[in-house]
Amino acid sequence: MSERIDVSIEHKHAAPEDGGRPHPNTCPGCGSHYRDDELEANLRVCPHCGHHFPVHARDRIRQLADEDSFAEEAAELRSDDPLGFFDLRPYTERLAEAELTTGLGEAMMIGRAAIEDQPCQLAVMEFGFMGGSMGRIVGEKFARACESAAERGVPLVSVTASGGARMQEGILSLMQLPKTVCAVEDLHDSGGTLISVMAHPTTAGVLASFASLGDVIVAEPGALLSFTGPRVVQQTTREKLPEDFGLAESNFRHGHVDQIVPRPELRPTVARLLRLFSNGA
Amino acid sequence: MAREAELRLRDQLSKLKSLPLLRGARLEGDLERLQRQLDHLVAEPTDDEIWHSVELARHEDRPYTLDYVERLLEDWFELHGDRHHGDDAALVAGLGRFRGRTVVLVGNQKGRDVKERTRRNFGMAYPEGYGKAMRAMELADRHGFPLISLVDIPGAYPGITAEQHGQGGAIARAQALMARLRVPVITCVIGEGGSGGAIATALADRVLMQENAIYTVISPEGCAAILWRDAGEARKAAAAFKPDAAHCLELGVIDAVVPEPEPGAHAAYDEAARLLGDALAESLEIFEGVSGEDMRRQRRVRFRTIGQVSATR
Repeated sequence: MSERIDVSIEHKHAAPEDGGRPHPNTCPGCGSHYRDDELEANLRVCPHCGHHFPVHARDRIRQLADEDSFAEEAAELRSDDPLGFFDLRPYTERLAEAELTTGLGEAMMIGRAAIEDQPCQLAVMEFGFMGGSMGRIVGEKFARACESAAERGVPLVSVTASGGARMQEGILSLMQLPKTVCAVEDLHDSGGTLISVMAHPTTAGVLASFASLGDVIVAEPGALLSFTGPRVVQQTTREKLPEDFGLAESNFRHGHVDQIVPRPELRPTVARLLRLFSNGA
Repeated sequence: MAREAELRLRDQLSKLKSLPLLRGARLEGDLERLQRQLDHLVAEPTDDEIWHSVELARHEDRPYTLDYVERLLEDWFELHGDRHHGDDAALVAGLGRFRGRTVVLVGNQKGRDVKERTRRNFGMAYPEGYGKAMRAMELADRHGFPLISLVDIPGAYPGITAEQHGQGGAIARAQALMARLRVPVITCVIGEGGSGGAIATALADRVLMQENAIYTVISPEGCAAILWRDAGEARKAAAAFKPDAAHCLELGVIDAVVPEPEPGAHAAYDEAARLLGDALAESLEIFEGVSGEDMRRQRRVRFRTIGQVSATR
């Protein structure tokens, strides 16, 4: 981890801006507050307490891939509205808003890349796009990433951050679980590799499909990795939850992830895995 | 909107009509029901009708997996335990003879009375349940037995130990195993097809749904709590995400709707079982002579292409 950056007193516990929500650059772990460039320089990890802030898909790719190595694929894909879904707002409006705020067409970016000169395929989720939810386009993009990896004979590295299946596409979203599972099976049958990096949060339908099928599964510290979220479990069982319920650390203890890798070590770790799976080729 | 589903149902109707008189007089009843479904579909279910499906799917007298096992399978031998650390009573698995041949059946099981409901955890499986299902599936694959899965689960159990035992991973691996099987796999949703808990045993060559079953990405209550911020708006949520059989057929998620006796399967178990049995047998027939490799490939293609979207909005 990089050297500690001292935080001036007046930055600590900065008052929430819009009366309630803390500023996104205020650390929920220790209350330290940072400028954007300070956080960026430290891969969006709190230099003071090690809390891992969320990372947008583009930034994640910048952190992981060799400079200028990423070539995005299937960027033109957009969801439609198969059910004419309308809750408090129309689905199409939510989609348009998500595209505006994230600058992405959907909650996943895929493309070819290299990490420490090792070629690979990337599939990176964007939590900012409707909670990283998986509808038909996310499923399609992931399946294409598998196919592209198999065709090129390179490993696929997925980085997940998702609240699960997208409710607005109803049962068709649930069908993305078997769809992505089948895509991983095809990839595996072709001799391909899936390296699954679980970032905060990897939950519900994404945890219950491709993310859990990695040949290797690594998680970021403190990431919530649970099929059902803590609030629902608490409401259902009325039991007191363990302090680290559903977190990466708890999953590691129970044998569901191979390693917990702090973000500064993620790139070299994935590169090491890519070298191992390429078997010196 | 209902075009394709209508065509498929009409196709089914004509197929039924052209069948030789093997099934005798009973065929008339089936035809009537299919015609009724067809009318239903053309009319597009109303919000009330959709909610009625939700209520019937959850009807406390609705036949459960073991009610069908009793009526459809001979020499039933139930398999217990996941061979790691437990036996989950919310999911049953076993061997039996279905119309003359050995099959493996897995199915979610709810309880009838308070005591049994508790024992079976209201049909909500733990990872141990999926472990047991996977063991049964592997057995089917090893011996070339067709696999039948009956789905009736409100959702995988949202509990502390369920998470600690790896609920998400268990559901993922059960699907992955189903994608590898070289035997015919037929699924029928017979009540609630609740989210990940349901899809864990539903990656099949043919997916059927009983007339009054529902198949959902999240429970109507859960959806309402998140999107409407009020679980009481479940009716609205159900209307919005259309979990009924007619809509699932229309969306291409299922291959056929299995008729139920009027006013629902709860009213006549034997008749409901007969109709389900016929549908399962008809589905199995399709795979006579198909190689395991082909089945597996076509199964994956089926899920690869469900609900595919055109390139741009």
